[in-house]
Amino acid sequence: MADHQAVEKQTLPPNPEKATLDGRNKYLGFWFFLGGETVLFGSLFGTYLGLRGGVVDGPGPADLFHLDLVFIMTMILLTSSLTSVFAVINMKRGNYKGLLMWMWATVALGIAFLGFEIYEFYEYYHAGLGFTTSAFASSFYTLVGTHGAHVAFGVSWITVLLIRYKSTGLTLTNAPKFYTAVLYWHFIDVVWVFIFTVVYLLGIGG
Amino acid sequence: MKYIWRLLPISFILLLSGCGVENLSALDPQGPVAEMQYSLIQLSLYIMIFVLVVVFAIYIFVIVRFRERPGDTHIPKQVHGNRTLEIIWTTIPILLLLMLAIPNVMDTFTLADMSVDGGVEDGEEIDHVRVEVTAHQFWWEFEYPDLDVVAGQDMYIPTDTRILIELQSSDVQHSFWVPALAGKQDNVPGITNEMWLEAPEEGVFMGKCTELCGPSHWLMDFKVIAVDPDTFDTWATNMAEPPAHLAEPEGQVAVDGRGVFEESCISCHAVGDEGGNIGPDLTNFGEREVIAGYLDYDMDNLEAWLRDTQDLKPGNEMPSFNEEAINAEEMDALLEYLDSLKILEE
Amino acid sequence: MSYAKAQSKNVVWDWLTTVDHKKVGILYLAGGAFFFALGGIEAVLMRIQLMFPDMAIVQAQTFNELLTMHGTTMIFLAAMPLLFGFMNFIIPLQIGARDVAFPFLNALGFWLFFFGGLLLYVSLFTGGAPDAGWTAYVPLSSNSPGQGLDYYVLGLQVSGLGTLIGGINFLVTIINMRAPGMSMMRMPLFTWSSFVASMLILFAFPALTIGLLLLMLERLFGATYFAVDFGGNIIIWQHLFWIFGHPEVYILILPAFGIFSEVIPTFAKKRLFGYSAMVFATLIIGFLGFMVWAHHMFTVGMGPVANAIFAVATMAIAVPTGIKIFNWLLTLWGGRIQFTTANLFALGFIPSFVMGGVTGVMLATSAANYQFHDTYFVVAHFHYVIIGGVVFGLFAAAFYWWPKMFGYRLSETLGKWFFWLFLIGFHMTFFVQHFLGLMGMPRRVASFLPGQGLDAMNFISTIGAFLMSIAFIILLIAIFASTKNRDNVQDPWDGRTLEWTVPTPVPEYNFAQTPLVRDLDPYWYEKHEGDGKIKAAEPLGEIHMPNATVLPVTISAGLIVASFGFIYHVLPLIIGGFIITFGAMFVRSIKEDHGYHIPVDVIKRDKEEGK
Repeated sequence: MADHQAVEKQTLPPNPEKATLDGRNKYLGFWFFLGGETVLFGSLFGTYLGLRGGVVDGPGPADLFHLDLVFIMTMILLTSSLTSVFAVINMKRGNYKGLLMWMWATVALGIAFLGFEIYEFYEYYHAGLGFTTSAFASSFYTLVGTHGAHVAFGVSWITVLLIRYKSTGLTLTNAPKFYTAVLYWHFIDVVWVFIFTVVYLLGIGG
Repeated sequence: MKYIWRLLPISFILLLSGCGVENLSALDPQGPVAEMQYSLIQLSLYIMIFVLVVVFAIYIFVIVRFRERPGDTHIPKQVHGNRTLEIIWTTIPILLLLMLAIPNVMDTFTLADMSVDGGVEDGEEIDHVRVEVTAHQFWWEFEYPDLDVVAGQDMYIPTDTRILIELQSSDVQHSFWVPALAGKQDNVPGITNEMWLEAPEEGVFMGKCTELCGPSHWLMDFKVIAVDPDTFDTWATNMAEPPAHLAEPEGQVAVDGRGVFEESCISCHAVGDEGGNIGPDLTNFGEREVIAGYLDYDMDNLEAWLRDTQDLKPGNEMPSFNEEAINAEEMDALLEYLDSLKILEE
Repeated sequence: MSYAKAQSKNVVWDWLTTVDHKKVGILYLAGGAFFFALGGIEAVLMRIQLMFPDMAIVQAQTFNELLTMHGTTMIFLAAMPLLFGFMNFIIPLQIGARDVAFPFLNALGFWLFFFGGLLLYVSLFTGGAPDAGWTAYVPLSSNSPGQGLDYYVLGLQVSGLGTLIGGINFLVTIINMRAPGMSMMRMPLFTWSSFVASMLILFAFPALTIGLLLLMLERLFGATYFAVDFGGNIIIWQHLFWIFGHPEVYILILPAFGIFSEVIPTFAKKRLFGYSAMVFATLIIGFLGFMVWAHHMFTVGMGPVANAIFAVATMAIAVPTGIKIFNWLLTLWGGRIQFTTANLFALGFIPSFVMGGVTGVMLATSAANYQFHDTYFVVAHFHYVIIGGVVFGLFAAAFYWWPKMFGYRLSETLGKWFFWLFLIGFHMTFFVQHFLGLMGMPRRVASFLPGQGLDAMNFISTIGAFLMSIAFIILLIAIFASTKNRDNVQDPWDGRTLEWTVPTPVPEYNFAQTPLVRDLDPYWYEKHEGDGKIKAAEPLGEIHMPNATVLPVTISAGLIVASFGFIYHVLPLIIGGFIITFGAMFVRSIKEDHGYHIPVDVIKRDKEEGK
C-alpha cells in the first residue's frame, strides 16, 4: 500500500480522486456533508425570509443594497468556481503545476470576495444597520455571514493543501483532498447564487 | 360473544367519563366545542380500540400457539412474505384513517370559523361577546372591547352566547385551556390567535395555562364563570362604570384600607377606572373564589400572599409587603377594603 | 506506526485514542448509560414530587430544570448514543466490513457527543441548569436569566455536531464498505434502519444547528430574531426545532425497529416476513418523518388549512408502521418462539408500542389535539413510543448482543425479573397519564393542587416509576453478576447474520478474510444450505488498520474551551479553544497517516486460538 508516494504520470488512474477506497469514502462522505449543508443554509434562508420584513426603525433592504457591488462579488465568485474547474481538469490530465496554479487563482479570488464582503458589511454598519438593530439585520448578517465564514474556511483549507503539497506531485492521497475542496468551493458558490437572488434581487426588486 | 365486543368500547367510555372533576375534565364536556372534541376523541378511540383488538388477538394467538415446547427442535419453514396480506394490511388502515381524517378536517374548520353571521336560513347574527385574553407571567387579563371592561383572573361570560376569543401574550408563550368548555389555543407574543366557545349552563369552569412559562406555570390558573345573560349585563355595566362604594367604601376601616391601597397598590392594580394595569384588575376582587389564581379565598391566605408573594407564586412580578411596608393595622384595613370590592351583590 | 508499537499501550490511553469501531461503540454505550442513569434519577425526582398534590420536595424552578435536563438528556445524551453504540459495534460486522468508512471521524463523533453532554451537566454546578424544557421555546429560553440556557445551546451544539459526523460515517460505511454479495437488499434490517436513521440525522440535525446558533446569537450577542419588539418572530424557533425534532423521534425509533427485526427472526427461528415490505416501510416512515413536523404546533395558530394538511400527513405514518407490526406478527406466526430476555423485550414491545402508536393517531386528529396538546396525554404518548419502542429495543439489543460485545451472557433469570418488573412498572407509570391529561393536568407542572381529581392516578404513576427503578437496579446486578457465563458466546442464539460468524472477543480486524455473502441471513443460509461456515471472498493476507490518535479528544476539548469562553464572554478562551480545535484539524490535514499492517502470521495465530 504505497499510495502516499507520488505515482508516475502514466500510471495514474483516470480518476485519481476515486481510485482508492479511502478516496471513494471521502468523495461520497463529502456529498452527504454537502446535503447536510444544504439543509443548514435552507434553514437560514427560511429564517431570513421570515424576518426580512422586520426592519422596525432601522434601514431596510431597499435602502441598503446596491446591485453593482453585489454584481462584482457574484462575478468574482463565479470566476473562482471556473478556475477551480480548470484545476480539476489539470488534475485529471496529470498536470500538477496547472492544478496548483489554478487553485492559487481560486484562493486569490476567494480572498477578493471576502474583502468586498467586509467592505459591504462596513458600509451597512455605517448606514445604521447594526447586528442587533432589527430582526432583518440579525437574519441578514447571519445568513450572509455564515456564507462568508464558509468562504473563509474554504480559502484557508485550500491554502493549507497548497502549501502542504506544493512539491509532492499528485498522489492518490492528495487527489481526493483537492477534489473534495473543489466540491466544497462549488457548493458555496451555488449558495451565493441563491443569496444573490433571494437576498439582493428580491431585496431591491420585491 | 358478539355483545361483548360491542360492550367493550362502551364500558371503556363509561370508565372514561367517570374520570376527573366536572368543571375541569375534558372527558365531561360542558359546551358545544368541548363536546365536538370529545366526540372526535371517542370516534378515534373506537377506531383505535378496533385496531388494538385485532393486533392483540393475533399477538396472543401467535405467542401461545407457536411458543417453543420442551424438546421441540424442528426448523420452521422459512417464509419470505405474502403479497396479498401486505395489500390487506395496507388498505384497511388507510380506510380506517379516512374514517377519522374526514370528520377531523371538518371539525378543524368549524373550530376556526369565527364568523357570527348565523348562516343562510335566518340571516340573523349569532349572539356573541368578544373577549381579548392577554396572558402574563402568571396571570390572565380579560378585556371586553365592545363593553369597555377589563377584568383580571375571572372571565365572566353569558350562557348560551358565542364567546369570540382573541389570544395575546405580553411576555412569553402561554396557552389558554378550559378543558370542560374548549380545547386550547396558544397565547403567542407578537401574534393574535382566535378561538370560540359557548357555555349552555351556568357554572364555574377551571382554566389552566398549558405552555411552560416559568416557575409558576403550574399555578397560572383562572376561572371561566358562566352566568345568565342578565347577570352578565349587570356585571359588565358595573365593571365599566363601577359603583361609588369601590372608591369610597363604607366604614372607617375600609376607608383606611382604601388609603393603604392608594399608597401601595394602585400603581399596578386598578379598581374601577383608577389605577395601573401592570397587575390584574381588582374591581371585583371580593367576588373571587381564589387568591393569586389558586389559594382559597380567605383573609389569612390573602395576608399570607401580600406578605410573601414569591413564596406562594415564585417568579411573579408582584412585590412582597413586610411589616415595615404595611403594618398589621394597615394590613387589616387593606384586607377589609379588598374584601369589600364587590359589584354583583347589592 | 508498526504493528508491535500499535499493540503496546496503556489502557486509559488506548481508550482515549482508539479509532476501532468496536471500542468506540462500547464508549458510546458507556457514555450513553452514564447519562441514562442521570436522566433516570431526574425522572424519579420529578415523580416523587408529583406523588402527592402540592408537594415541595423540590422548588418549582428546580423542577423546571429537572424536566428540561431529563428530556434533553434522554433524547440527546442517552437514547441516541446508546443506539449509536450498537450501530457502531454491529453494523460493520453485519455487512462484513473490517472497519467503518471514517474511523477518525467516528472517534471524533463520540468525543464531541460526550464532551457536549458533560458541558451541559456543568450547568448544574454553576448556578442553575437550563429551565425552558427540552424544546427551549423562545422567548422563555431567550430571556431565561443565568447561564443555564447558554449551556444548553452550546452543549447541544457540540454534541449535535458529533451526531451529524456519526450519521455521515454510517451512511458511507453502509454504501461503500459492504462485503462482496452483500447487496442492499440482503442487508440485515438493523443495518437498513440505521441507514435510514442516518439519512434523517443528516437532513434533520442542520436545522437544529441553525436553531441553536440563532438562540446563541440572541442570548449572547443580542441578535433579535425572536424579539417581537424588533420585528422578530418566535414561531421560527418552533419550526426550526420541530423540523429537526420530529425526524429525531424517527432517528430513535427506526434503529430500534431494526433491532426487533433482528431479534424476532432469531428467536422465532424464522426468516423475517416480508423483508422488502419492511425495507420500504422504513424508507416511507423516514420520508414522511420530514413532512409532519408542524403537528407539534396545532395550537400555535397556523390556521385550519395547515392544521388539516399536517393532521392527514401525520395519520399517513400509521400505515407503514402498521405494515411493520403485522410483518413482525407474521414472522412469529409458524415459528418456534423462544422466550429469552432479548425476545421478551421484543415481544413486550409489540403491544406497548401499538398502544403508543394509536395515541399518536389520536394526537394527529388536529381538532381533538386542542384538548390533548401539552397535557399529560402527550407525556403518556411519547413515553409509550420512546420507552415502549426505543428503550425496549435497547434492552433487547443489550441482551442479544452482549455476549458478542463483552464476552459473557447476561443472566437469563435476572433478565426475566428485570423484564417483568420493568414492563409492569412502565405501564403503571404511563397508562394512567393518558387520563390525567384528559382530566385537566397540563404537562410540565411542578406540582398539582388537591381536589382536582388528579391525586390517585399521580400516586399510581409514581409507584410505577419506583418499580422501573428497582428493575434498573436488577439490570445492574445482572451486568455484574453474570460475568461467569463465558461459555457459548460466539453464536449463543443460533444467529442468522454475519456478526455471529466472527470469534468472541472480536479481533480488531473483525474478519480474517472478507466474507462472501450468498443470501439474506448469510450465516443461517450457510448453516442450512452450506457447510455452516462462511465462504471467504479473498485469500488470507496482511490487513491494513488505522492508527490510534489523540486528535479527536483534542478537537472536542478545544470546542469545550471555546464554549466556556462564549458562555462567560472571555475572548481569550474563545480564541484559545478555536486554536486547539483548528490546530488539531490542521495537524490532521497535513500529517498523512497511513496506519499499520497486521502480519499474516498474527492473523493465523488468532484463528487457531479462536477455535
